[in-house]
Amino acid sequence: MTSFNLTDTQASKISSTLTKLRHQMGAPAVGMVLTLVVVCDEAGQYDSVRAATEAAREHPSRILVVIGRDPKEPNRLDAELRVGESSPGEVVLLRLYGELTKHAESVISPLLLTDTPVVVWWPGGAPDVPAGDKVGKLASRRITDAHASRDSVKAIVGRCGGYVPGDTDLAWTRLTTWRSLLAAAFDQNVGRVKKGLVEASPGHASATLLASWLSDRLDAPIEVGESSGPGLTAVRLTLASGGDLTLTRSDARLATLSRPGQPDRRVALARRPTSELLAEELRRLDPDEIYAATLRHLAGGTK
Amino acid sequence: MARTNGGKQAAISEDAQMAAAAVATTATTDEVLESNPLRDPRDKRLPRVAGPCVLVLFGVTGDLAKRKLLPAIYDLGNRGLLPPGFSLVGFARRDWAHEDFAQVTYEAVKQYARTPFRDEVWKQICEGIHFCPGEFHDDGAFDVLSMMLKEIDETRGTGGNYAFYLSVPPKFFPTVVEQLKRTGLAKAPDGSWRRVVIEKPFGHDLKSAQELNAITSAVFPESSVFRIDHYLGKETVQNILALRFANTLYEPIWNRGYVDHVQITMAEDIGIGSRAGYYDGIGAARDVIQNHLLQLLALVAMEDPTSFDAQSLRREKEKVLKSVRLPDDLGLETIRGQYTAGWQGGEKVIGYLEEEGIPADSMTDTYAAIKLEVANRRWAGVPFYLRAGKRLGRRVTEVAVVFERAPHLPFSKDDTEILGQNALVIRVQPDEGITVRFGSKVPGTAMEVRDVSMDFAYGESFMESSPEAYERLLLDVLIGDPPLFPHQREVELSWQILDPIEDYWATHGRPEGYPAGTWGPPAADAMLARDGRVWRRL
Ligand SMILES: NC(=O)c1ccc[n+]([C@@H]2O[C@H](COP(=O)([O-])OP(=O)(O)OC[C@H]3O[C@@H](n4cnc5c(N)ncnc54)[C@H](OP(=O)(O)O)[C@@H]3O)[C@@H](O)[C@H]2O)c1
Repeated sequence: MTSFNLTDTQASKISSTLTKLRHQMGAPAVGMVLTLVVVCDEAGQYDSVRAATEAAREHPSRILVVIGRDPKEPNRLDAELRVGESSPGEVVLLRLYGELTKHAESVISPLLLTDTPVVVWWPGGAPDVPAGDKVGKLASRRITDAHASRDSVKAIVGRCGGYVPGDTDLAWTRLTTWRSLLAAAFDQNVGRVKKGLVEASPGHASATLLASWLSDRLDAPIEVGESSGPGLTAVRLTLASGGDLTLTRSDARLATLSRPGQPDRRVALARRPTSELLAEELRRLDPDEIYAATLRHLAGGTK
Repeated sequence: MARTNGGKQAAISEDAQMAAAAVATTATTDEVLESNPLRDPRDKRLPRVAGPCVLVLFGVTGDLAKRKLLPAIYDLGNRGLLPPGFSLVGFARRDWAHEDFAQVTYEAVKQYARTPFRDEVWKQICEGIHFCPGEFHDDGAFDVLSMMLKEIDETRGTGGNYAFYLSVPPKFFPTVVEQLKRTGLAKAPDGSWRRVVIEKPFGHDLKSAQELNAITSAVFPESSVFRIDHYLGKETVQNILALRFANTLYEPIWNRGYVDHVQITMAEDIGIGSRAGYYDGIGAARDVIQNHLLQLLALVAMEDPTSFDAQSLRREKEKVLKSVRLPDDLGLETIRGQYTAGWQGGEKVIGYLEEEGIPADSMTDTYAAIKLEVANRRWAGVPFYLRAGKRLGRRVTEVAVVFERAPHLPFSKDDTEILGQNALVIRVQPDEGITVRFGSKVPGTAMEVRDVSMDFAYGESFMESSPEAYERLLLDVLIGDPPLFPHQREVELSWQILDPIEDYWATHGRPEGYPAGTWGPPAADAMLARDGRVWRRL
């Protein structure tokens, strides 16, 4: 890995240094397929960069990490360039000081790869309306994470108002494995669902979303109940034909699927690392209409 | 997981009724699938997951099972693509208990799986692992298998859906298929499915392919027969379709007006190793050209299908295979070779005839190169050169579409002396991706033009964990999605192309020797030289 530090610099210098570094390394033969902008603070930087770099193994990217530093200091831009890490693509850490912290977009837009998609990810705090944000405006896909907020349920409910096609939240991504198992269970005839319950540790945004999705799709009231966790622990659906269809998981790894008249079956249902969630997001860059419908349903139900 | 004891004919029909009743509640019919309220075509995050089913694997002790199939099952599980209740039944002539087979699977997974080992995934798979000991001609063993499957339906809720994977030498197909018929396992009760998966070789000529097909089709309908050509499971091969039919850039030049010729190569650096018994008498043309290379040719040359469903795709591939014409002079334009002792990548290796188990007078081709034409409006006059061989310079599979030279060069002759032809290369293995070769000015004050390459590799190629062809194909079998499996008609058409060549070879001399580590016999170079062309240096 080649790493290079630039202090008190500008986007144009960063850009030319990147080109120079790439040439020195013998110009990596790989085409980068997108630009991923990560907006975070210094504390969250390390983990986020790691997850992003790992996701970039599947989607070779230019990763621009925007780290807001002290807004009271004089205006300054520092950059740390990393090329040729274990994954393809490039990583640029941008540290913004002073008034510049409010104008990150001016640094980023000249550094975006030409004519390829731009994705913004806020691993920590995120703007209320991601698409209205100055950085968010540059992107066609905006990834937030409700679970990063102190009140994640409030955060996800808040997303309803600011939703613009292209928005998505990792609280939703985390549900894909649950949703896929439940959908597989419904590949066999289940009949009508009367009501249901989603159980999770208290204040769990994903549980709220899962309940909303189920309720929207099954047209049945689905409540959220509390359990001692970890995370999501159960989905219980009461069937009109009698009995329950349940998917329970108490150890965050192995789940049990039970339905009337059939043997219980155990299935792996592990929590996925952030890098995998991010890679899933980068796989499809078109608006997620089901997420939108789920948010709409949530807004309708929780006034 | 109690082992059922000996099969009793009388018990079976009663069991069958019970199973049918069980099926009624677990059925995964198309109507149920379509009315699934949790699925929505717009919900692209939800992966295609197979319905509850059992995979019965014959030949679990074999090389293919260990290196590819068992690891692929684990990897599918790890990606969350196996249905709850999925069960695996191994069948082999070993006195094993379920646990022994689980241990064999565990070791294969540990050694060959591409995704990281996770306990919970292993637990899920392990719970569904069963073993049925027996020989193929032993009726009792298959009766036990039949009972075992019914029991699994009850304990695991697999709903009578079985896929039978015949990972055994083709000479056993008739016996196994007959057993599946006798025990009624081949026939699916309403609302469930039965599928059979077979591996190449699909015969060794047209006649034997038809005989083989007669055996399977007497028992299974064509729609339930899945023929594995693992090349079609590869990402880059599927990418040929995306490249051709999702872009406007290539289609206008994808014809005789711009394409000079096409080279399709599958080169291996290894010899025949321990596969003498299989390979001798078969040779490179039957082993590789008949299936993999002709499939690649079909994908490169076909017209655009009306959709990507199995029927439309196969129809277009068939049309191409039907248009293939053999060269007039088989002596000059089909070449075969046999490796002799030499140096391969810094290692001294023996010749084919010295390999263990090979008769000293073997006529088997370890190298084959043929020139074909696709006689239709798009391709008339454009030669397709196919070559395949063992103990060549290195391991590489690619399709190279080589374009005409520019009709007029406004440069002096000297400036463009080393300018070759433009080419678009689809790299199938080992380094999957696409290369475009074109002329570019050499920096400096003089106008000097030479060939440069532009490469593209999607990230998949960086992940050790990128899906293996077998994963994709196994999943398609369990889902029942046939586009990536060749139809019997394609198999037969391919043999029709190859048979006359093999017949000619059988009566005309013997393969020319080429030292191991080189790129085949001189006659292959001469064949292209007569056309004013050269093989790509790989
Ligand atoms: N290996 C590859 O890369 C590859 C590539 C393409 C196609 N294929 C095809 O895939 C299939 C399997 O290949 P493979 O390489 O795994 O073959 P293999 O190593 O020779 O294994 C054959 C299997 O068949 C079993 N078998 C043989 N005779 C039997 C009998 N009389 N009763 C019961 N079982 C018997 C063997 O069990 P025992 O251990 O008891 O002998 C073994 O499990 C073949 O059709 C082959 O042509 C393989």
